[in-house]
Amino acid sequence: MSVFINKDTKVIVQGITGETALFHTKQMLEYGTKIVAGVTPGKGGLEIEGVPVFNTVQEAVDATGANVSVIYVPAPFAADAIIEAVDAGLDMTICITEHIPVLDMVKVKRYMEGKKTRLVGPNCPGVITAEECKIGIMPGYIHTKGHVGVVSRSGTLTYEAVHQLSQAGIGQTTAVGIGGDPVNGTNFIDCLKAFNEDPETYAVVMIGEIGGTAEEEAAEWIQANMTKPVVGFIGGQTAPPGKRMGHAGAIISGGKGTAAEKIKAMNAAGIEVAPTPSVIGETLIKVIKEKGLYEVCKTH
Amino acid sequence: MNIHEYQGKEILRQYGVAVPKGSVAFSPDEAVKAAKELGSNVTVVKAQIHAGGRGKAGGVKIAKNLDEVRSYAKELLGKILVTHQTGPDGKEVKRLYIEEGSDIKKEYYLSLVLDRATSRVVMMGSEEGGMDIEEVAESNPEKIFKEIIDPVTGLNAFQARRMAFNMNIPAKLVNKAVGLMLGIYKAFIDKDASTVEINPLVVTGDDQVVALDAKFNFDANSLYRHKDIVELRDFDEEDAKEIEASKYDLSYISLDGNIGCMVNGAGLAMATMDTISYYGGSPANFLDVGGGATAEKVTEAFKIILSDKNVKGIFVNIFGGIMKCDIIAEGVITAAKEVGLKVPLVVRLEGTNVELGKKLLNESGLNIVAADSMADGAQKIVELVESEGGVKS
Repeated sequence: MSVFINKDTKVIVQGITGETALFHTKQMLEYGTKIVAGVTPGKGGLEIEGVPVFNTVQEAVDATGANVSVIYVPAPFAADAIIEAVDAGLDMTICITEHIPVLDMVKVKRYMEGKKTRLVGPNCPGVITAEECKIGIMPGYIHTKGHVGVVSRSGTLTYEAVHQLSQAGIGQTTAVGIGGDPVNGTNFIDCLKAFNEDPETYAVVMIGEIGGTAEEEAAEWIQANMTKPVVGFIGGQTAPPGKRMGHAGAIISGGKGTAAEKIKAMNAAGIEVAPTPSVIGETLIKVIKEKGLYEVCKTH
Repeated sequence: MNIHEYQGKEILRQYGVAVPKGSVAFSPDEAVKAAKELGSNVTVVKAQIHAGGRGKAGGVKIAKNLDEVRSYAKELLGKILVTHQTGPDGKEVKRLYIEEGSDIKKEYYLSLVLDRATSRVVMMGSEEGGMDIEEVAESNPEKIFKEIIDPVTGLNAFQARRMAFNMNIPAKLVNKAVGLMLGIYKAFIDKDASTVEINPLVVTGDDQVVALDAKFNFDANSLYRHKDIVELRDFDEEDAKEIEASKYDLSYISLDGNIGCMVNGAGLAMATMDTISYYGGSPANFLDVGGGATAEKVTEAFKIILSDKNVKGIFVNIFGGIMKCDIIAEGVITAAKEVGLKVPLVVRLEGTNVELGKKLLNESGLNIVAADSMADGAQKIVELVESEGGVKS
């Protein structure tokens, strides 16, 4: 088991003929992901890496029975691509594209109300279920199959955490990058709920960063509902206020969204927070040892 | 992206929002000329910098005649204003806004912001105008009202009316306030703003509802579709190194420390700064080279780091997923050779093509210290900078 995606997930690549999309389509195919279709308007009928290309998402779904899409469409057109995926009734769409205008995302979120599609991202590395299905841009080789779920607002910091876990012999179920934008789809709580319900996931690593209050809300939810241990890290502990740290969402403004506030909220909810990013793995191991879960989590 | 007050007011004027008459001045002569044209009894001389809190810092002067306009203009131009939003170094005043005085009966607060919690644009208003709204939120939260705006309908007239009544705007002026709110909302949406703050919004002696200040912030991701807004960018208000970095699509922020950082990914870049601080060092910058960086981009990034005279050492921390380690290595080697590397350099490479990257660095003949992990690299650069006489933070 795992969350959101697995070996049976059938994937459409939206914007498949772009340079980045092509590169990652190859990587995903190599990893074993079932890429069943690509979509680029006007390129229908082509075949790329053995994958048939369609003009619209609906056509691709009708022809292949795909249930998930990944979006590499350039920012000015990405909001439209998300809406097209939702309109086609996909279970999930994962938007890798960064720099989408935030008011476009406000409209997308409004459109998605009451629809069944789950959005992950935008501006995210994607979702990977170790050794089954990789959808996105993360390096596949660092992931090993196991029992720890990972959810993160940052791409490369997710790799850092996963790498530490794998090196220490702790495999993962699924790693979800929810993205660094202020308006996005799936949030921490959605992922925590899914990990809480997944019988194969025994513990969770949650990586946040400065800006907004998503980590505080997640901490509250964890305290009230989570039955599995959660270990955290917050990036930007030394970031000065008023400076946007790369991600559109990573900014301390009006005294809100500081790392200190987030860590306090997480500690109060019983979440052990790693003091530095280098010890995320160690911190998790310490906690699962205390809970008697180390032996069952150790994969090699 | 931020703009000046006078530019914000010009946008509001285009949307039918009442703002006082005024014009921009770059010299005392221009200031006097502008005041003469206004011909008002009282003229306001306002320093134009991209930061709030100008009034408290002495950046807003009331002049009763042209001589006073000239002397205030002389005083303010070239002055370093330090407000609670500028940081301790303050900002130099290079532009003034010369505006007719307003007969203020009462001050209010109005703003539109993107609210992350609801994923909507939210209008906030209060009858506690002119003050720092964060202070009001602390002391009198019940005096701040919010209207959450559905993007399908936009700001509805009834919402604007409800806000005006909640703010205790005099009943006979509610319709004027509604018109102003709808105009500001339209400007916000049309121009892809992320914040518009009117503090204060005022009711005047002759029963007008006027935006006495205008603070706009725009969504950087939307600027591609707003050439008119891009033209308003004032490079004097930005850090030279940050401007240089933006040319190469690098995300760079200047900081006060002495250890230069080059990292891929915003989260890892922040975490790298945190780790350097944890080991007693002090980062000189935040720098995310992004996922699709070329060797040329890496070279430019390296040059920008080295152009900061405070930099006493550099830590390159790369977790290559998309970013290939050999490309980083090539860029580092080229830059180091071009500009001459006189400070210690610690490199931690991990991920795609890591062996090739390490090999390139080893064979480069450069004095590079290799690190096995982020913690190892941070410790090494902190020690090297200290031993070379750098100051520990």
